[in-house]
Amino acid sequence: MKLSFYIGAALTALFLALAALSFVWTPYDIQSLDIPNKLQRPNATYLLGTDQFGRDILSMIMMGARTSIAVALLAVGIGIAAGVPLGLLAAARRGTWLDEVIMRGNDLVFAFPSLVIAILITAVYGASATNAIIAIGIFNIPVFARLSRGAALPLWERDFILAARVAGKGPARISAEHILPNITNLMIVQGTIQFSLGILAEAALSYIGLGAQPPTASWGRMLADAQTLTAIAPHTALIPGCTIIAMVLGLNLLGDGLRDWLDPRLRVDRT
Amino acid sequence: MTFLTRLTAVSAFALMATTATAQTDITVAIQLEPPNLDPTGGAAQAIDSVLYSNVFEGLTRFMADGSVVPGLAESWDISEDGLTYTFALRSGVTFHDGTAMDAEDVKFSLDRARAEDSTNAQKGLFADIAEVTVIDPQTVEVTLSQQNGSFLFNMAWGDAVIVAPESIETIASNPVGTGAFTFTDWVQGDRLELTRNDAYWGDAPALETATFRFISDPTAAFAAVMAEDVDVFVGFPAPENLPQFEADPRFQVLVGNTEGETILSTNNQMPPFDNVLVREAVALAIDRQAIIDGAMFGYGTPIGTHFAPHNPDYVDLLGNSPHDPDRARELLAEAGFADGFTTTLKLPPPSYARRGGEIIAAQLREVGIEAEITNLEWAQWLEEVFKAKDFGLTIVSHTEPMDIGIYANPDYYFQYDNIVFQAVMEKLNATTDPAMRSELMAAAQTIISEDYVNGYLFQLAVPTVAQAGLNGLWTDQPTAAVDLTGVSWSE
Repeated sequence: MKLSFYIGAALTALFLALAALSFVWTPYDIQSLDIPNKLQRPNATYLLGTDQFGRDILSMIMMGARTSIAVALLAVGIGIAAGVPLGLLAAARRGTWLDEVIMRGNDLVFAFPSLVIAILITAVYGASATNAIIAIGIFNIPVFARLSRGAALPLWERDFILAARVAGKGPARISAEHILPNITNLMIVQGTIQFSLGILAEAALSYIGLGAQPPTASWGRMLADAQTLTAIAPHTALIPGCTIIAMVLGLNLLGDGLRDWLDPRLRVDRT
Repeated sequence: MTFLTRLTAVSAFALMATTATAQTDITVAIQLEPPNLDPTGGAAQAIDSVLYSNVFEGLTRFMADGSVVPGLAESWDISEDGLTYTFALRSGVTFHDGTAMDAEDVKFSLDRARAEDSTNAQKGLFADIAEVTVIDPQTVEVTLSQQNGSFLFNMAWGDAVIVAPESIETIASNPVGTGAFTFTDWVQGDRLELTRNDAYWGDAPALETATFRFISDPTAAFAAVMAEDVDVFVGFPAPENLPQFEADPRFQVLVGNTEGETILSTNNQMPPFDNVLVREAVALAIDRQAIIDGAMFGYGTPIGTHFAPHNPDYVDLLGNSPHDPDRARELLAEAGFADGFTTTLKLPPPSYARRGGEIIAAQLREVGIEAEITNLEWAQWLEEVFKAKDFGLTIVSHTEPMDIGIYANPDYYFQYDNIVFQAVMEKLNATTDPAMRSELMAAAQTIISEDYVNGYLFQLAVPTVAQAGLNGLWTDQPTAAVDLTGVSWSE
């Protein structure tokens, strides 16, 4: 295990813990504003200072972590739930028209820049956290579909699959009982990477006003709100900005480390 | 003379030349780009910001302090019964296309504005005109159907400027007026250019060319002014940055009054806002000072009714709606909403609305009203809120001067329908006696304040950030205008 893996795991654990803690406790209530105390620098009372409405930034970061993690987690969930079965189906029916339809459909979704389509979806159906989840989730589907198909294809040529077929199992059962367990590690690694991209996408959508709406806290919107305040209160922009960096970096390091550990292809290389 | 001394002489001369002549061009930034260039056909404030007094002029005009002075009409006579206005027009005034401005043009402009199919955004200004008669090329007579004490004031509006029948077809893209500047170019999405009109009837302006730029993003606005890409920004969108400009010797900051009553507009026909107790509860839930400090960084004057505080007829009615959340909860309980209710709060783009909306939502939540925020672009806002009236609450600044008359129109988007108020406005329109008018205006302000028609928040301040060497800019905005005729650079 490399040091970077531990750093990544620690950062990720920290934000997960902050998000979990926010359900039971935050230093201050972010629903009530305290205008006279606005734009305070980090100090003993407000550890990370206050924003333009006098809300405690630490509390906002904690509540924002909840939003970011929830959105990214659900979006990855959509990607896995729809993408993996599609990929397995395409692999099981490799070379047929069904395989072609699924994979070309994936190419089609891939062809559009994800953020542009996310903007389109939220513009048509309104800006909300739910629509952000759907928008980001849709773009996770081809990622997982393609990856699971690619990983499943060589497995289909292996002897143990042949044995299963001889034993009379159909393609669906083989996919579920033999292929899926063998590609799970890959999906976990990819899931971590997509999770960090989801955090970034949620922040980007909220930054342009299409993500979670106020009063729901969101790191991206904190950054957008702080935009004109950078000259007089730089901490209002630096703190959410650094938080996003730390969370994404942590997840990427974690994903890298997990891949070294879990990816069967790399495992073969090492032995 | 040796070459060297010649060179020194030349460069000394060049140096003198640059220091002695002041700059004669200017780049002005405003937030919004006009959708078209016809002030008599479009409602957008940006049209007037660019064109009022610069390109188009009316019979009368507003000065920087809000007073109404003669414009294209040199003088006028009002008949004994107050129904006939005889305007003597200035002689020698020509439009930018060379055609003469005479009584026919005035008749054409006024008849066009009040016509059945007119798209004028303020048709009410012309409602009392019964007939416009050309006496001779320099004299025009306007007959009113009833006395109208604010007729000369109405004629100063940007919507009442004089246009020419010869150029009316293309006015939306090529405005031809009588002003001190001629329109030269409009690159949509980028800039609009004006050039000095050498045939102008009045004092020639000091500036030769003017370029308008449109920057709505507060961050971009800050960068443009800081980098001196623009010489002046009228209506600077980020009040939080003003102290920085004030501290910088390169800039001057003017914070002026506007006619913009910023209000929490309430849909008076939509339950539960049709109940006056609920509206009162909303008004008492609002802490104006917190909104002014939080959204406008302290720039703005609290108001208790729909009237500009700098107007001599303003009545201080803040006492009707002090910040009292406990009383607000009682009122809600009395109205049958002890557990509160949920409504919508639709916010247009300006920061007074977006930031103010978050603050108001928090204040309403304290008394149990859950206001769901939706952020809208201006076009969506006009469509959903202003036209379709599909909203519970919204925040908007009403920047038209003396616009309390909108409360007499039950079809106006907040749909306030009160015959007592309508009667007061009718009487006001027909009254010319100043003392009586003051009394009626006070009565009108009191009625809407005590009926809690809308949540009255604050009078919008307009910050202008300009290069230190600029003189003659308007501080206040008695009407939406960036009047460049008196602007000059100090040498």
